[in-house]
Amino acid sequence: MAATTEFVPPRSGRIDAKYNRVPGRKGNFEMLAWLFMRISGVFLVVLIFGHLITNLLVGDGINGLDFGFVAGKWADPFWQFWDLAMLWLAMLHGTNGVRTIINDYADKDRTRFWLKGILYFATIVIITLGTLVIFTFDPCIPGSPLEICK
Amino acid sequence: MSTEVSEPASKVDLAPGASGSGEIPQFDITLRVRRYDPEVSEEAYWEDFELTMYGTDRVLDALHKVKWEIDGSLSFRRSCAHGVCGSDAMRINGRNRLACKTLLKDLDTAKPITVEAIKGLPVEKDLIVDMEPFFQSYREIMPFLVAKGHEPSAERYQSPEDRERYDDTTKCILCAACTSSCPVFWTDGQYFGPAAIVNAHRFIFDSRDDAGDMRLEILNDKEGVWRCRTTFNCSEACPRGIQVTKAIAEVKQAVLTRSI
Repeated sequence: MAATTEFVPPRSGRIDAKYNRVPGRKGNFEMLAWLFMRISGVFLVVLIFGHLITNLLVGDGINGLDFGFVAGKWADPFWQFWDLAMLWLAMLHGTNGVRTIINDYADKDRTRFWLKGILYFATIVIITLGTLVIFTFDPCIPGSPLEICK
Repeated sequence: MSTEVSEPASKVDLAPGASGSGEIPQFDITLRVRRYDPEVSEEAYWEDFELTMYGTDRVLDALHKVKWEIDGSLSFRRSCAHGVCGSDAMRINGRNRLACKTLLKDLDTAKPITVEAIKGLPVEKDLIVDMEPFFQSYREIMPFLVAKGHEPSAERYQSPEDRERYDDTTKCILCAACTSSCPVFWTDGQYFGPAAIVNAHRFIFDSRDDAGDMRLEILNDKEGVWRCRTTFNCSEACPRGIQVTKAIAEVKQAVLTRSI
């Protein structure tokens, strides 16, 4: 007799292992992430449009944008806090968005692991650097024409 | 339909040649079926069938015609053939529908009509998929009444308003058209899927049921309701017209209010 092909009869109790759900950690992480996306979204609309209006429309508009303009804004704790909130919320909102995209589209656990690793690394670097700049910003670079540096 | 002339009370009175119902229009179609037979080849392929069908025929009738008159090896599931049992969900022209509820005349008969198995579940042969993963998720959400206390001596009463609360989700026939239309389910098959959530919804919002909390806990899983991206594929695919995405949103809300 010719060699027969390996054939598993249908519904013999087997389920492709990929469908078996591994019991996940207990907790509300996914729910909180979902909630965070909605709340941060609302805040970001206000923060980003406020940012765009003050930077691009008020006063000289886009022509008034220069180093001095940014320095002037960051001398004010209000704008420091505004930009900090914008940085953190936008970064976390975006990171969580990309995390869900990776979860949805990467079909191997290894791919997922590496993509998320790169994502989280980039997020941490950008948030740390951004926060550092907002708080340690010194407008008086050598040869600065600004009033306060003289 | 006011233009239609009503038929005579008795068909015996019909004059010869004057047909009360009129001729049923005929047309030619090309049925393009995705074939797969693991006993012959691991490769799936498209096969075209040229058929002459009537205006009253459905996709299921075309499949019957192929199976009964052209190629008996064509395999597909169907039971009641009238949109009740939910056996013959398939992807017709790229959309999940029931073959028994899709009239050929409603499709573009100028082009080949593509018929393939629903996506995301392992294909066994031709249009038949292994539904076990789908039913496994269904069983996990405990699709049965769980009531505390002693066995009642009379029926469990429910007001019409309380019954109305979950009326939409009682319509599910477990055809898997929704779950297999969900892009999140396609990726890795880990997501519970719309059908399981719809059937959980049916009991979570049933005033006679006492295990709503348990079901909400199950669906608060990382593969539960939060994986829904509200793409509305499920609502569009449902042959029973269930507002699936709305039901999922209501379950999300219930999980949220329970936790906060």
